[in-house]
Amino acid sequence: MLKKLLACVGEYKKDSLFAPLFVTFEVILEVIIPFLMAYIIDSGIEKGNMSVVAKIGVVLVFLVLLSLCCGALSGKYAASASAGFAKNLRQKMFHSVQNFSFTNIDHFSASGLVTRLTTDVSNLQHAYQMIIRIAVRSPAMLIFSLSMAFFVNSKIALVFLGVTPFLAFGLFFIMSKAHPIFEKVFKIYDNLNNVVQENLHGIRVVKTFVREKFEEEKFKAVSKDIYNNFSRAEKLLAFNSPIMQTSMYTCTLLIAWFGAKLILSGDMSRGELVSIITYTMQILMSLMNLSMIFVMITISKASAVRICEVLSETTDIQDGEKNLMAVKDGSIVFENVNFSYSKSTASLCLKNINLKINSGETIGIIGPTGSAKSSLVQLIPRLYDVTSGKVLVGGENVRDYNIKALRDSVSMVLQKNELFSGTIKENLRWGDENATDEEIIHACRLAQADEFIQSFPDGYDTHIEQGGKNVSGGQKQRLCIARALLKKPKILILDDSTSAVDTQTDKLIRKAFAEEIPDTTKLIIAQRISSIEHADKVIVLENGEIVAFDTPKNLLENNEIYREIYESQQKGATCNE
Amino acid sequence: MSRPLPSPRGGRMMGNGKKAKDGKKTLKRLLSCIFKDYKLHFFVVLIFIIISALAGVAGSLFIETLIDDYITPMLGSASLDFAPLLRAILFMALIYASGVISIFLYNRIMVTVAQGVLKQIRDDMFTKMQTLPLRYFDSHSHGDTMSRYTNDTDTLRQMIAQSIPQAFSSVITIVSVFAAMLATSWVLTFLVLLFVAVMMTISRKITGKSSKFFIAQQKSLGEVNGFIEEMINGQKVIKVFCHEETTKSSFDKMNNELCSNATNANTFANILMPIMGNMGHLQYVLLAVVGGLLAINGITGITIGAIAAFLQLSKSFTMPINHMSQQINSIIMALAGAERIFELIDEEPEKDAGYVTLVNAEYKDGELCETEKRTGLWAWKHPHQDGSLTYTPLAGDVRLTDVDFGYVPEKTVLHDISLYAKPGQKIAFVGATGAGKTTITNLINRFYDIADGKIRYDGININKIKKSDLRKSLGVVLQDTNLFTGTVMENIRYGRLDATDEEVYAAARLANADGFIKMLPNGYNTILHHGGEGLSQGQRQLLAIARAAVSDPPVMILDEATSSIDTRTERIVQKGMDSLMKGRTVFVIAHRLSTIQNSDVIMVLENGRIIERGNHDELIAQKGKYYSLYTGAFELE
Repeated sequence: MLKKLLACVGEYKKDSLFAPLFVTFEVILEVIIPFLMAYIIDSGIEKGNMSVVAKIGVVLVFLVLLSLCCGALSGKYAASASAGFAKNLRQKMFHSVQNFSFTNIDHFSASGLVTRLTTDVSNLQHAYQMIIRIAVRSPAMLIFSLSMAFFVNSKIALVFLGVTPFLAFGLFFIMSKAHPIFEKVFKIYDNLNNVVQENLHGIRVVKTFVREKFEEEKFKAVSKDIYNNFSRAEKLLAFNSPIMQTSMYTCTLLIAWFGAKLILSGDMSRGELVSIITYTMQILMSLMNLSMIFVMITISKASAVRICEVLSETTDIQDGEKNLMAVKDGSIVFENVNFSYSKSTASLCLKNINLKINSGETIGIIGPTGSAKSSLVQLIPRLYDVTSGKVLVGGENVRDYNIKALRDSVSMVLQKNELFSGTIKENLRWGDENATDEEIIHACRLAQADEFIQSFPDGYDTHIEQGGKNVSGGQKQRLCIARALLKKPKILILDDSTSAVDTQTDKLIRKAFAEEIPDTTKLIIAQRISSIEHADKVIVLENGEIVAFDTPKNLLENNEIYREIYESQQKGATCNE
Repeated sequence: MSRPLPSPRGGRMMGNGKKAKDGKKTLKRLLSCIFKDYKLHFFVVLIFIIISALAGVAGSLFIETLIDDYITPMLGSASLDFAPLLRAILFMALIYASGVISIFLYNRIMVTVAQGVLKQIRDDMFTKMQTLPLRYFDSHSHGDTMSRYTNDTDTLRQMIAQSIPQAFSSVITIVSVFAAMLATSWVLTFLVLLFVAVMMTISRKITGKSSKFFIAQQKSLGEVNGFIEEMINGQKVIKVFCHEETTKSSFDKMNNELCSNATNANTFANILMPIMGNMGHLQYVLLAVVGGLLAINGITGITIGAIAAFLQLSKSFTMPINHMSQQINSIIMALAGAERIFELIDEEPEKDAGYVTLVNAEYKDGELCETEKRTGLWAWKHPHQDGSLTYTPLAGDVRLTDVDFGYVPEKTVLHDISLYAKPGQKIAFVGATGAGKTTITNLINRFYDIADGKIRYDGININKIKKSDLRKSLGVVLQDTNLFTGTVMENIRYGRLDATDEEVYAAARLANADGFIKMLPNGYNTILHHGGEGLSQGQRQLLAIARAAVSDPPVMILDEATSSIDTRTERIVQKGMDSLMKGRTVFVIAHRLSTIQNSDVIMVLENGRIIERGNHDELIAQKGKYYSLYTGAFELE
């Protein structure tokens, strides 16, 4: 895991090294400064030796400025290293997500990926900055201060050996006790947020059933739970600073007592006593910081694990070895195709599919929800790979094509389709970056989108908001169809793409397809029987198996499922599903 | 000393970076919140803070006193009597001990205070939220309200538990140290003040710079995160259109900008500490030199021991000031959070001037009267001005007369709506999104109040009916099922809390939900998460119907209850719906005309007006809007 993350440091290796380096210099200087200050008092002021005061003073000012520069530099390098690390992490993840296959995307879920790319990256950024700066600073401070203390007076420094373990043990004990409680608190926090969230979403339900008081009780119970656990954890933490202070004061008193004796016996100077007290502070503070860093790093570990999951995910769909760059025609053949979303073949989603579709045909696909209609067509542009069997497009196995070439020829309008923020024109050019305005308008005419686009004040330059929120469902579907048409594909697949379009317009779209792109193979998945009743042939799917593949006319006579759907829709028109 | 308390939301700790509009007022109110319930705690804490601060100051002077008063004199004398030294050390130990105990106690007490206040604030927020009118929820984003419970409360915790006590302790330390400094040497004190002023200026400059860059960082972070969210959600489309490379390059551009902004922001934040710390050292050196000059040349009569003491004092003086300046940012953030929390608590609650209540009733000697028992028969209890009471049986007769309404006064969305629903009738609303269908139902259960006209329920003006009683008499099934975390049983029982298990089963059977519930791993005790994860949309809808069925109201509102279900599933749900509707007044809103064909009256709405009304056959014969919808020539959106 660490190796994967460290690889993301990339070009910021220099900064990542300089930050701890300068922070070490800073620490060294910070340790020397009290020593010299003691010297100023001892040999300068006390002896009334002004030249020593001036000399050491100048040296000190110089050292202080140097330490300031080192501190500032380490701060700067830490900032750029951590920001750069975060940048690389984000970039690497984003790029690898771009190479994900549909299977990979399904594996993580969109919201899971978004959290990893946002919150988790931020967490790691903070942790990284802490590691290369504070986490170097504290132990360095501990080591240097301790050695300075021994250097100044090894006898008195022995005091630390007695007190430090006490503090370290105390802090560790508190943290190890408090940490699980905090973990629990965060879980309860999630419960609390869940209650609030449910109430925000379901406020109409709460109010119509007059359950305000009931929900209040529910909330207060969770809130009380948080109060109890949080108080418990915090009360444990309240031991932190007394323990720290006790250690510090104990040190001070012991040092004072033994120090006085040493001074009187001439083994130590008064200035040295003062500097040892300063080291005491520094040593104990760094221990305290260490315990904090320890906790923070444990917390960010979860984020690191989640990020590594993305980084180590390998895409399972790659360009074929033959890397065919052109698709000959729009014919499609399925040979003994079995397909399952999971690697285990236990629950097959498509079973033993055999199909032959000629170039230029219009094929309808119908069947109840969960009959694997979408799964069937997604195999054609190789959004998923078959579990066994073969899918041929233009006479060649889809696995032999260059993926981009294949997908440019097989244009698919997904069921859950998205527009992106930008103008209508920009959105449409996803289909063909170099499309001329005429081509765009032509595609929109075919998709029956031109009319409503022209009615917008800004026409084709109308800004689409994120997720296409400012156009209606039917308009969005037609824009998505136009976008797919701009690819000038050999095969066009519409996965329930006109469900929000009224029947009249739906009819016009189909008519335009038949007249304007007769050579394109068209596959249309629909709920509405009217959308497919003029197809050359219709596939009836149920439970992942092809029940029938015939002309609509024959199906109406021979196929029960088709007839049932047909009849249920003759009674009342469906306006909008 | 800061504590290692991670925020539950990790990286989002920065809040939205907005400042409080009136920080002083908010601070005052926050303090009074603490003061109100924890007066005694507050004073005790204050005393302990004073003790610990003074012990700290005494501690910082200890070594110098020790050297000056005990060690130095002994150096010269021949006899070594350690007794006074031991006494001094023991005395100091006593002071230290009292300081440590004080710190411990006030930290412990502050935990109770901080957590207590936070619990109170959370409970207040939620209690208030429950009383707010629907208008509030419709006009505020959920995320915004949510963040008041999470980020804002979180920053507040740090402020109450840490910043406030620390501020007190700092002030006390600063004041007492200042007095001690002044007593030692006014010249040097002046020098320290000068230095502190310089430090503060520098710190303010850096903080100012840093906050400018922080805002830039937050902005580009927002942009990058927004882009990530949009692209990841549309990832499959990106794949289908082979748009990966373009997306990558636009991402890289934004990501690089974020990186440079983040570097700047963090650089300034990072260099503050070394600068301040070393400025402290610089001051120390300066004081030593100047003090040394003064002492050696005998100016102002300062002694060497005094200089050593002063040096230590000056450290104790700048440390809390440094601490405070580092805390300023988090205090500002916490105040902004507190202000947002108080804003929610101060929202105007839903008004209810209703006095007509719904009571259990029975017929005694042919006369309707109130009873304690659950009779299944309900009556409206209507007190009149002359003190008399009348009882009207609950029947489910709803009339709207000339109703006008607008969500905002300037924009009327319903015009002149009149309709009459007799008990047991099924009334349907058809029309495009925004035609005002849901709005009418919002008025019947008084989520919103009408601007003009009248709505009567069983002959009573609904403004006179207590809202909770009015709503108890109405059942609602919405497109959004909104199931709650809990068992299936609990979710159905939500409709009527005192329903027996048998009644719950009966409701489930009525809704046609019993079958699938029994198939669930734990049957009725299966726990649902996240609004019914793992159930199909149709199954969730059946549970929502069962929930409405168990409450057994005379009037039902079905708002697009079956719209998100495919035709096959709808047929199953429809059976449940039909049995639920039997014998009740029902208002149905549906896109699918097949759902509403058998209604007694169908109202076609357009732009807030009823343009056609009648039953299915009449409307078809009219050959108007309904006809064109039915034949599919028209698009509903």
